[in-house]
Amino acid sequence: MQNQSQSQASSRSPAISRSPREKLPALSGYQTDGFFDELVDKDCVARPDAQALVDLIISLPPKELLRRQDAIERALFKMGITFTVYSDSSGTEKIMPFDVVPRIVSSLLWKHIDAGLKQRIRALNRFLCDVYNEREIVQEGIVPAELIDSCPAYLKQCVGLKPFNDVWCHITGTDLVRDNSGAVYVLEDNLRCPSGVSYVLQNRHVMKRNFPQVFRASQIRPVSDYTSRLYGMLREVAPPHVDDPTVVVLTPGVYNSAYYEHSFLAQQMGVQLVEGRDLIVKNDHVYMRTTRGLKRVDVIYRRIDDAFLDPKVFRSDSVLGVAGLMNVYRLGNITLANAPGTGVADDKVIYAYVPDMIRYYLDEEPILASVKTYVCHDEEDREYVLSHLDELVVKAAGESGGYGILIGPHATDEQRQEFAKAIRSNPRNYIAQPTLQLSRMPTVVGDHLEGRHVDLRPYILCSRPDDVWVLPGGLTRVALKKGSLVVNSSQGGGSKDTWVIAEAGQPIASIDSPSTH
Amino acid sequence: MLSRVAESIYWMSRQAERAENLARFIEVTLYMILDQPEFVVDPWEPLVKVTGDNEWFTEKYGVADRDNVVKFLAFDTEYHSSMLTCLIAARENARGVRETISTESFEELNEFYHFVQDNAEAQIKDPTAEFFEQVRLHALTWTGVLDSTMAHDAAWHFINLGRLLERADKTSRILDVKYFSLLPSLEDVGTAVDDLQWSTLLLAVSGFEAYRREHHLADVKKIVEFFLFHKSFPRSILSCIRGADGSLAQIDSDCGGDRTTEVQKQIQSLLHRLSNTSVEEVIAGGMHQFIDRLQIQLNEIGVSLGQDYFHSTQPA
Repeated sequence: MQNQSQSQASSRSPAISRSPREKLPALSGYQTDGFFDELVDKDCVARPDAQALVDLIISLPPKELLRRQDAIERALFKMGITFTVYSDSSGTEKIMPFDVVPRIVSSLLWKHIDAGLKQRIRALNRFLCDVYNEREIVQEGIVPAELIDSCPAYLKQCVGLKPFNDVWCHITGTDLVRDNSGAVYVLEDNLRCPSGVSYVLQNRHVMKRNFPQVFRASQIRPVSDYTSRLYGMLREVAPPHVDDPTVVVLTPGVYNSAYYEHSFLAQQMGVQLVEGRDLIVKNDHVYMRTTRGLKRVDVIYRRIDDAFLDPKVFRSDSVLGVAGLMNVYRLGNITLANAPGTGVADDKVIYAYVPDMIRYYLDEEPILASVKTYVCHDEEDREYVLSHLDELVVKAAGESGGYGILIGPHATDEQRQEFAKAIRSNPRNYIAQPTLQLSRMPTVVGDHLEGRHVDLRPYILCSRPDDVWVLPGGLTRVALKKGSLVVNSSQGGGSKDTWVIAEAGQPIASIDSPSTH
Repeated sequence: MLSRVAESIYWMSRQAERAENLARFIEVTLYMILDQPEFVVDPWEPLVKVTGDNEWFTEKYGVADRDNVVKFLAFDTEYHSSMLTCLIAARENARGVRETISTESFEELNEFYHFVQDNAEAQIKDPTAEFFEQVRLHALTWTGVLDSTMAHDAAWHFINLGRLLERADKTSRILDVKYFSLLPSLEDVGTAVDDLQWSTLLLAVSGFEAYRREHHLADVKKIVEFFLFHKSFPRSILSCIRGADGSLAQIDSDCGGDRTTEVQKQIQSLLHRLSNTSVEEVIAGGMHQFIDRLQIQLNEIGVSLGQDYFHSTQPA
């Protein structure tokens, strides 16, 4: 998972006026410290949709919340949703830290997010079709050609390809953040193999068990149909001549950190989870080796990176993929989701041009804002960045996972000089953004609640350009360390359940409905 | 089913069954020494012998006392077939086929593994029969969960096959411990010590009650017959092989096979031999030799299974 890289605001607001509620247990003493809080307003009064939840929290003795959090963490451990701590030779296992206080997203805000994400996916698909074929957006001078051609994720091997239904990004996880005004920004699009949706489903599963009464009171939209939708989408994008497509999930194997998710999704869809060594290319088709001999495969939901897909075309040393796969793909005999080459559209530099893409392809104004982004490739932007390094967050385009980042206001002079040098020698590789004050949420710390910064990753499925579906929910990641903006699980980040409130007429999650478990 | 999945699921099942049987060995021995404080016969050395890895043991541990044998058989992760090693491997295999087995069975195996792992340190210091009894109960729960939550399709039949082949092997080894090592002299047959040991051996396969109901008194021939040829007791060798043959037939029909595979031929020939041999013949020909040959045949069956089902490259 990517980590959030904005800087925190260091100012703390003075003591705020307190509502009588606050004196009650659990939320007592809670302070927003001047940050935008997802659950309560600046006076620590519950936001309208969060009333039932906040009432519950204040009615519980502080220890009770902690007890339920422990119960949920034990359940997750029992379910084997763990990763191994490699530094520990005894094979200690840990779950991704879970926080019991859910995030609540109002139906109005969700409507905005839903519309904005759909618009964005439509534009990104158009861009991917264009950039691997006619390249009109480049010819029009909207996106500089050299930015495309120098992008490591732009695969020359995919030039001229047209995936079925013109869909390149079938599954997307877009990272959103909110600033101090509560406005939503897209932080980045993850178009390659976005992970985390299994946490969304399993977090919900354990929360329903532990807080049935709030579920009844809160009108929460269900997430449990995600895997059915995913399977339906994958069938719909199968090669058109196939009547009853065989769908598989392709994983790098049990040692991959997201392996649990791969097996979970395969199990929930009822399809085979395959590794590269289970697949073979024969007669221009892909087959899997079964106890009944070879069986043809039509759709691969691949969870391995482009570079490892086919040793004949990409990295020749890769043993994770399937030799000859790209040729089958080119012949139209297999669907790969997501299509190889989609990474060019989530490059950190290309990100800056997504609003222009929306205007160009759709003739619409972007619904969701992007974070103001300075592209160091551009001379004017570069000069601005170099002279404002102490205010900006600088990111290397070729890095992820929190590497190659300078948080200007917190950096030393030496670090800033190092980045200035790196920017000058390879401007294509750098962007800069202003620092945002990320929104916060009450989070269990010891035996009480404190505000911690959060982001949100909703998941989007696309089977046709006009058929985009957004899971009403998402992965809320929370930076558990005080003051930290790093939500990455490897760096002390955890997750929360995300409750999207239903509008009148929309289905709600019933605690009696079949769970995803 | 994917060949890799079939192979993993088969091994998962064998490894868990192996862990269960090791726990049974240790549990009954720990109980037995409570009843036999004077150590008429050393109960630990034979447990090492039947593994066939006694050289490795002697090199690492030296003397075969309680603490060393328990550590070796139960918790030594450097030993390729200790109870904990088997559970780690079974769980790793289960992780690799998680989408094929039921969620409940994964979670049960996961708990089983954590239970053993969490108690390892304390049990190495002071092993208790009670702990190994808990292990046996975990194993029984796991097999029950598998059998009641999975469709009895090809995947389940591979599980059953792995379980039964391993169980046949271990039942034969339990019998071998007694006959070959515990009781070298025929004069001891029928003594109180002998009775205790035979009872212990029956307990190790959960067969004490079933045996008593049919035969009431301990009798060498009848006990050997019970272990080898009982038609319906689930841990007798004949019963295991018959079940394995049945599962193999189901797998084959599910795999749409119209040829008789090598492994089917082998298992049917073993079944034929078991059905047409009497306990008198076994004892006359030497029981250890009989068991030795049985184990070789079981190994060959395992090898053929791999060739017939786990490495396919031909289109269906």
